[in-house]
Amino acid sequence: MQIGMLFDRVAAEEKLLIEAFKKKNVEVEMIDIRKVQLHLNEPDPWQRFDVVFDRSVSFSKALATVQVLNGWDIPTVNFASVVEVCGNKLATSVALEKNKIATPKVIIAYTADAAIEAMESLGYPVVMKPAIGSWGRLLSKINDRDAAETILEHKSTLGSFNHGVFYIQEFVTKRDSCDIRSFVVDGETICAISRNSKHWITNTARGATTANCEVTDEIAALSEAAAAAVGGGLLAIDLFQSEDGTWVVNEVNHSMEFRNSIEPTGVDIPEKMVEFIIKVGSGAVATA
Amino acid sequence: MSDSGVACPICEAAVEIADGTVIGELMECGDCGTELEVTKIDPIEIAEAPEVEEDWGE
Repeated sequence: MQIGMLFDRVAAEEKLLIEAFKKKNVEVEMIDIRKVQLHLNEPDPWQRFDVVFDRSVSFSKALATVQVLNGWDIPTVNFASVVEVCGNKLATSVALEKNKIATPKVIIAYTADAAIEAMESLGYPVVMKPAIGSWGRLLSKINDRDAAETILEHKSTLGSFNHGVFYIQEFVTKRDSCDIRSFVVDGETICAISRNSKHWITNTARGATTANCEVTDEIAALSEAAAAAVGGGLLAIDLFQSEDGTWVVNEVNHSMEFRNSIEPTGVDIPEKMVEFIIKVGSGAVATA
Repeated sequence: MSDSGVACPICEAAVEIADGTVIGELMECGDCGTELEVTKIDPIEIAEAPEVEEDWGE
């Protein structure tokens, strides 16, 4: 089996995945996405791959690449349609709403006046996020109108066109100041961690600590429904419980980090991921 | 500097390279803290790692 792994930097996760492939005696060809050329009328150089596994941290480059590969009927993990939805918070929210999966309310607006009206209809505080971005960067918790006006002016003046679509989310106070990250592989929730922080942002990239979280029936069902809503594959679901106990899905990640989740859960996450890649490469997973 | 080490391109301190290092691998200079990337193997070359871009993430 010929497997390609797209990367633009090899961090701890990619090293663990390379090791996991070695343990399965499967060779992986590392493909530096920065050097990739895709000649759209010449798929031949890529058709040696049974599956291409995307581990690029660049959403735009990853999406472009897997779109071309899928167009040539080369399977990728994840599929382009999944990457496209998960890499864009607006598209994720649309998919979750369409599939009636509980998620914080989101309003989209395009002008500062419309955005402030939207925020006031939700009630402060609200959260603003760039539709594209990760690791908790550029998230704003807006506590009042003064802050809203400042942030909207900054976004309008300093931001690229991507920041002209205002993604406004209701702020939901997390029960116990933690959220849950569950890992879904091929439709099954293999493990979950809780991420605890004194800060309202609970990304591990922002210093949150992690602990094992029992995968209850409720967590598994919601995680698997969210995964299915975006098209399935290898996914990490961010969900949390509001103070009244309601579970909501916040985000779905298509190229998840997991280095801090192996030890607390005791689950060999890279092994499970690699087994899925091999399954896709062997044609045992529908690639439509 | 040992055979398995190269000089940090920023501060010139010795950076140890572990067996099994691959192209694209990230490491940090123990002296200046710069994030570094392996750009070539055999012989090893390292460069300052690229800055995080707006669309990077998981």
